[in-house]
Amino acid sequence: MARLNINGRVVEITVEDDTPLLWAIREQVGLTGTKYGCGVAQCGACTVHVDGVATRSCSMPVSAFNETQKIVTIEGLSPNGDHPLQKAWVALDVPQCGYCQSGMIMAAAALLTANPKPSDADIRGEITNICRCGTYNRVQAAIKQAAGGNQANG
Amino acid sequence: MNQIASLPRRGFLQVSAALGAFTLGIRVPDAAAQGAAPAATPEVNAWVVVKPDDSIIIRIARSEMGQGTLTGLAQLVAEELNADWSKVSTEYPTPGQNLARNRAWGNMSTGGSRGIRESHEYVRKGGAAARMMLVEAAAQGWGVPAGECRAANSTITHAPSGRTTTYGKVAEAAAKLTPPTDVPLRAPRDWTIAGKPLPRLDTAEKTNGKQIYGADLVLPGMLNAAIRDCPVFGGKVASFDAAKIAGMPGVKKVVQVGETAVAVVADTWWRAKTALDALPITWDNGPNAQVSSASIAEVLKAGLEAPEAAVGNRAGDAKAAIAGAAKRVEATYGYPFQNHATMEPMNATARWTPERCEVWTPTQNGEAALAAASEAAGLPPAKCEVYKIHLGGGFGRRGAVHDWVRQAVEIAKQMPGTPVKLLWSREEDMIHGRYHPITQAKLTGALDAQGNLTGLAMRISGQSIVAGIFPQNIRDGRDPVVFQGLSPGGEEGAFGYAVPNLLIDHAMRNPHVPPGFWRGVNLNQNAVYVECFMDELAHAAGKDPLEFRRALLKNSPKHLAVLNAVAERGGWGTPAPAGRARGLAQIMGFGSYVAACAEVSVNPAGELTIHKITAATDPGHAVNPQQIAAQVEGSFVYGLSAALYGECTVANGRIEQENFDTYPVMRMAEMPAVEAILMPSGGFWGGVGEPTIAVAAPAVLNAIFAATGKRVRQLPLKHADLRRA
Repeated sequence: MARLNINGRVVEITVEDDTPLLWAIREQVGLTGTKYGCGVAQCGACTVHVDGVATRSCSMPVSAFNETQKIVTIEGLSPNGDHPLQKAWVALDVPQCGYCQSGMIMAAAALLTANPKPSDADIRGEITNICRCGTYNRVQAAIKQAAGGNQANG
Repeated sequence: MNQIASLPRRGFLQVSAALGAFTLGIRVPDAAAQGAAPAATPEVNAWVVVKPDDSIIIRIARSEMGQGTLTGLAQLVAEELNADWSKVSTEYPTPGQNLARNRAWGNMSTGGSRGIRESHEYVRKGGAAARMMLVEAAAQGWGVPAGECRAANSTITHAPSGRTTTYGKVAEAAAKLTPPTDVPLRAPRDWTIAGKPLPRLDTAEKTNGKQIYGADLVLPGMLNAAIRDCPVFGGKVASFDAAKIAGMPGVKKVVQVGETAVAVVADTWWRAKTALDALPITWDNGPNAQVSSASIAEVLKAGLEAPEAAVGNRAGDAKAAIAGAAKRVEATYGYPFQNHATMEPMNATARWTPERCEVWTPTQNGEAALAAASEAAGLPPAKCEVYKIHLGGGFGRRGAVHDWVRQAVEIAKQMPGTPVKLLWSREEDMIHGRYHPITQAKLTGALDAQGNLTGLAMRISGQSIVAGIFPQNIRDGRDPVVFQGLSPGGEEGAFGYAVPNLLIDHAMRNPHVPPGFWRGVNLNQNAVYVECFMDELAHAAGKDPLEFRRALLKNSPKHLAVLNAVAERGGWGTPAPAGRARGLAQIMGFGSYVAACAEVSVNPAGELTIHKITAATDPGHAVNPQQIAAQVEGSFVYGLSAALYGECTVANGRIEQENFDTYPVMRMAEMPAVEAILMPSGGFWGGVGEPTIAVAAPAVLNAIFAATGKRVRQLPLKHADLRRA
């Protein structure tokens, strides 16, 4: 049994304590926007926010959470898919297959919360998610665009 | 939105509704939910459905896996349809429908960068024929000659009377007309929808979590399966102790899958995987249990000197030219096994009854998936169906071989009537790939006293993908696909260099590790071999690598044009920024001409930075320039990941790398700036998803040589010591 605060609602789920948060989100809560990629916190496809911090949910057991911690998934990032990052993503046609993009956007959103005007170096240092299609350059450009332009270089 | 054709709609809606009170993101892949009823709208033809509200569904036979073919093919149909692009959506016809309709949608295979280059004509004719029928229907309704009517932007106008109508209003009448037989096509120079850098049709749902991939699929009553196949290729299950895990949470059944695998079926996938991890399994590792990377390398090395080899390209007498050379240059290169490592691991959902088998899966080839399902189900194809789901990456892994579909059906067969979703763990995916083939190549060049290349011999030794997957296509021991980029001619890769005495041959050596078509296929290693060796020859001849290539490409204007473009834009011949050096590469493959100029630096610790790659592509006709640019950028991530890190090694007959911690790939911090130069010269149709991969590695390797004087001949680069000697 676990009580999770996901996207602003508290949900009670029946699950073994050692179940990774990722699988509780996908299989018990039914939100599949958060993806399984590696299961060992390498790829970042499972990235969600825990109290605003980007967290790789595949490697955190549900027992580490209670209802006071605010978990946000891609489905809860914005009411209508209109977070500045989501808008920039659409404007620049960032995704290819798209499988890693939920995690990319969540990692980027946490970055912008912590650092609203990241430099290129900040972005390249902080976004370590894997994309096999190769969207990195458009991801970087979209983060810059969402952050309000290209003034913060370097 | 791409609809998942023929999902059991009501069931899916029930699932969605049950979760809807809480969830924000479960998608309803169902036009019926929005008040329309696609089944009630007759198609104008196989490619086009127009609804009364003027919305247009364009049917796409190829699979979308990120490469943008869904949008590009829709542009080609919409172009000839004179459609209002803002009203266009797409759907996949099913492989079963294709079979039942005498392959009305042609080939569904999506690989070899063939989606657009092999179907452009018939999809455009589909759009044009539909337009002609819509116009004819409007004209008949007005009682005027069709020749007096014009269609634009989904609206038909009868100019003499000023009357107008829309496609949606005449679609039902158009559907009853006899299709035209003479269907002229618009010249690409007149395109208004095709050829434009339009946004993709499938972007929004990939930014909000709503896009459903195979791994996300939920069907009513569905169970989940995790599987373990014998880690040694050629081995099988000796025994397993199902009783040990029978009481674990959620476990429903433990099943053997064929001779080689065991699966646990549970209510959730995590519980299935947890139980599988606890399941005692004993393997019979079979005849390959002693094979290692070292033993495979020895076999390939012997092939470099073997007397027997299949010839791919021959001119003059290379041996004599080499024997009489003023200067002889020789080098041996090697390229390892690599896993596709799609972000979404292999998966399929299957439901089997004695009467029918249905499979939902991300596949690059729905018809091949159907064939695999049919065979595993023990039912004729007409009693089976495959529903294609968007792919979380394909890169060739999800095309020719559908091992995971067979497994899913074999599991479902043991639980009749219950849908079962099989999802591979990353570890299963890594050790049961269909790997980039392993090869070595020995190249010998003959230079005359003036430094001209008078002879070239290239012996490839190693694995044949075709022998592994389509052995019936091997003729007289020869696999033509091995010679991509090296052939005397043909659109799959013509060797551009005019070498008077040339011999390129292949000694086939097939290890037990199964090969597969891996994005870029054989062009990848062939480009490394040829383009790095060309660089070696240029330096041995004391010539500039660009000028050396130019002289040899004098009869290959398209090869030369892309090379010249990257040299000019990449700054070749001008000083590089301090500490940086440049390298060039060019090749032709998948119907297109490509070249790259890489700019790198290597610090005193031997650490490589790839600063920039300038890439040129001539694909003949360009259907969506901004998506071609995306493919070029993306191809470099794939190609550079391979060059820097990509390697699967073999110990005790099995692949050693099980996850991204031991199979690293490129991340954003390493990504160079990419300038993609698109130079469509017209007159032919080339692919864009793969060709530029091939020039990434050799351009970087040649730049590394320019920076360090070190020639890396064995990939991946992670093993090379790049500190200056």
